[in-house]
Amino acid sequence: MKGNEALAEAAIRAGCRHFFGYPITPQTEVSAYMAKRMPKIGGTYLQAESEIAAINMVLGAASAGVRAMTSSSSPGISLKSEGISYIAGSDLPCLIINVMRGGPGLGGIQPSQADYWQATRASGHGDFQNIVFAPSTVQEMVDLTFRAFDLADKYRMPAMMLADGMLGQMMEPVSFPEDYTPIKADKSWATNGHQNKRPHNIVNSLYLQADELEQLVVDRFARYEQVKQNEVLVECENTEDADYIVVAYGATARIAKAAVKAAREKGLKIGCIRPITVWPFPTEEIAAAAEGCKGFLCVEMSMGQMVDDVRLAVNGRAPVSFFGRTGGVIPTPAEVLGEIEKLAGGDR
Amino acid sequence: MTQNILLAGFGGQGILFAGKVAAYSGLMDGKEVSWLPSYGPEMRGGTANCSVCISDDPICSPLILNPDALLVMNKPSYDKFIHKVQPGGVAVIDATLISDREEIKGVKTCYVEATRLAEENGLQGLANIILLGKVLKECGFASLEAVKKGIEKSVPARKQHLVEPNFRAIELGMSL
Repeated sequence: MKGNEALAEAAIRAGCRHFFGYPITPQTEVSAYMAKRMPKIGGTYLQAESEIAAINMVLGAASAGVRAMTSSSSPGISLKSEGISYIAGSDLPCLIINVMRGGPGLGGIQPSQADYWQATRASGHGDFQNIVFAPSTVQEMVDLTFRAFDLADKYRMPAMMLADGMLGQMMEPVSFPEDYTPIKADKSWATNGHQNKRPHNIVNSLYLQADELEQLVVDRFARYEQVKQNEVLVECENTEDADYIVVAYGATARIAKAAVKAAREKGLKIGCIRPITVWPFPTEEIAAAAEGCKGFLCVEMSMGQMVDDVRLAVNGRAPVSFFGRTGGVIPTPAEVLGEIEKLAGGDR
Repeated sequence: MTQNILLAGFGGQGILFAGKVAAYSGLMDGKEVSWLPSYGPEMRGGTANCSVCISDDPICSPLILNPDALLVMNKPSYDKFIHKVQPGGVAVIDATLISDREEIKGVKTCYVEATRLAEENGLQGLANIILLGKVLKECGFASLEAVKKGIEKSVPARKQHLVEPNFRAIELGMSL
């Protein structure tokens, strides 16, 4: 299946019956798939009048305690950022898909990873985080969609799938889990009709008393601490004996892996670390790998964004260098191998 | 063993479809496969290409720059990719649509009059599959049985009457 379609099917199988979107390349197949399927299974598919409307519909649906999602690509996510902040400020779970394309501005429609900072630092105003997943295969887009809905429910926060045009557009074989049951989450806060049987619930992000708002944010950050403790996902390959370690996520990690494989065939001791969650970031795993390692190479489809998190994790234990292509240009395995050889070549 | 096939031509020639058939064929043979299209704003016209990887191992980069097999159906793509084929690889060219004839060292070039053959055999619009048949014969990316299953998977339900002509097109390509 195509990445975008596999993701949409996974969301449906995860129990999502409320999709609100607005078309944009390279994620339009998500919307198109939902438009076809949702009416047949009693779900809601709504093409909103804009991205801003779509994210606010997600806010509304999520307030009622149902699994809701929206999907877009880079410029559309910028438009959604106000709503994402409101959703985080209202402690609501939802899934937001970003199939990244080149930017800034309208940019281009080819694959990119230049929204890393936006996803992990500033997907809206205020003190908040999203759980951000970075799939690297179509199968992983499927598997992480189930996990994203579960964790969003568990921690009452937005989850984001940070994919890119390559993953969205490519086809790979996928299998769907046979026996998925959604996590049991307390949704007693949902505004889904009280029928005079309980006090009414209010979903809100406006708190005019500074100390009250501060306490809410502090409580929320205590929850984020739990996420950091429990939910980091990372793949480490050949890091034990590695002189140098390549760090890459998403589609770029596939390209990096091809280069690492070629480098090892040439006798270079190169390892590879692939963050699967980019928030929470695998800081401890990278810090551990930095012991006894001569250097890191971070590879991205951007001018260098995740490299900041790698540097923070390495914390001066080893030099961290960067290679990236941007604007929709996809780095080649040969280019990455060239960078690895520049670093490690002298050691042969 | 990994086979990287690059298919290229104009939008509307069935480039992405032929790639899909190849990818599904690999899947039917139990291989790891990936299919990556170039995508643009246009539905028809413009150049279209797609990368298909068929491998015994998990596929690293799905983007092919130096294919083992090139299937090409227009002049701009011919100019762009003909010198990118790996040494020992094969290039299958629609010779009705591309008038260039070039011998490339280390690469087997097959100039196939696919569009003309398609018209003569009542297989209009299936030059892509005739060419894929030739690629199949030259590099055996899958079994013929798997390719036929791949065609059945790739042809949409409302166009099932096109399955049989696709079978004939593959077999015609393999006979060349």
